[in-house]
Amino acid sequence: MIDRDLPVTADELHAYVDGLLPPDRRAAVEAWLAVHPNDAAQVAEWRAQADTIRARYGVIANESVPVRFDLDRLAQPRRNWRSVAVATILAAIVGATAGWIAHGASASSQPGFEQLSAEALAAHKLYVTEVRHPIEVGAGEDHLLPWLSRRVGATLRAPNLEAYSLKLLGGRLLPGPNGAAALFMYETPAGERYTFYCSRANTPRTALRYNTAGDAAAVLWVESDMGYVVSGPAERDKLIEIAQSAYREIESRLPTRSTENRVPPRRGS
Amino acid sequence: MGGFRQGVAATVPALRRYARALTRDAELADDLVQDTLVRALRSEHLFHGGDLRSWLYTILTNLNRNRLRALARRPTMAAIDDNDAADLAGPEAGSRDIERALATLADDQRSVLLLVVLEGLSYREVAEVQGVPIGTVMSRLSRARMQIKDYLDGKRPALRRVK
Repeated sequence: MIDRDLPVTADELHAYVDGLLPPDRRAAVEAWLAVHPNDAAQVAEWRAQADTIRARYGVIANESVPVRFDLDRLAQPRRNWRSVAVATILAAIVGATAGWIAHGASASSQPGFEQLSAEALAAHKLYVTEVRHPIEVGAGEDHLLPWLSRRVGATLRAPNLEAYSLKLLGGRLLPGPNGAAALFMYETPAGERYTFYCSRANTPRTALRYNTAGDAAAVLWVESDMGYVVSGPAERDKLIEIAQSAYREIESRLPTRSTENRVPPRRGS
Repeated sequence: MGGFRQGVAATVPALRRYARALTRDAELADDLVQDTLVRALRSEHLFHGGDLRSWLYTILTNLNRNRLRALARRPTMAAIDDNDAADLAGPEAGSRDIERALATLADDQRSVLLLVVLEGLSYREVAEVQGVPIGTVMSRLSRARMQIKDYLDGKRPALRRVK
């Protein structure tokens, strides 16, 4: 009875039409509509719209599913290159924000993967402490990326991490687990250093994973036969955020900031 | 593993329905669904529980958004020409009208309306799919409904005759 005295909101009218109204408000809304003909007309209009939409498109769900949607076929890698390409780009956007990372540790690890991580962290530790020669080629030099790309054998990108006050200093060439590897170094105004390591990888595609080694930590992933490792001080949340940003930029070829907040985390409850 | 794939397979009819209504183009819709499925299968390791259906709607919605962003540089061919169907009557005309009315909506508004009305998602689920607060969902839903009404009112000869 008390509920009847609360005014009915526009949201409640929508919820009433959509069958999403809490049961205890139903009587109040119906009482309201009985004495507010304009609202009642609106509700009737919305219902009619919904019925027409369902009448128009509902039947599609009853069609038999075409063979092209057979999941066993679709699951075969590279079966449909174009679809895979589109999906991979979107995987970066959806995946990077999809909240998997906290669960990365539960995934089974492969030896190659651990080696990649170990090499990257070793290089990180060695060069971040280097005062005079942390890099070989400076960020301002045009040949930095072409040179490292050619040596590593893949088109490399150094992600823009200025949103985290990280300025790219430059990069260097290193021996990696599968041939040459590239190490890019970033620095904050306070002198904190992060590195971004790229190497060919022969392990399967993975989600991002977090590893620690003393006071340094790394987040790594493998995509399209390339392994990437973001290393920095062992502050888990911050490092993961930076790695996600790098991941989005590398894998999606899109600006990192504009794609944020578009996809909700989908963690188990 | 099998459960995941079965769950995805069970959602295909609904995804096709949503994609068709979203794009109003059968071929494009099925391409979107296929891309969504490929993406979902490859990203199984990224799915950690929760509602599989909502997750798939999220992927599809984002794929579509991305497609539109890619198209934004080119003029799109939206069939909003009123002349040819204005004299049709009966259920055919009704479904054509609603198609055109949907075409006039902003994409996020259309997506909200379809997820609620056609796919039966709750407002909270739609908010998750779109990555926006519930208040935004409600205002998109409200604007979508108003605009469809305006469009249909403007089109209906019967209403004009009444005046």
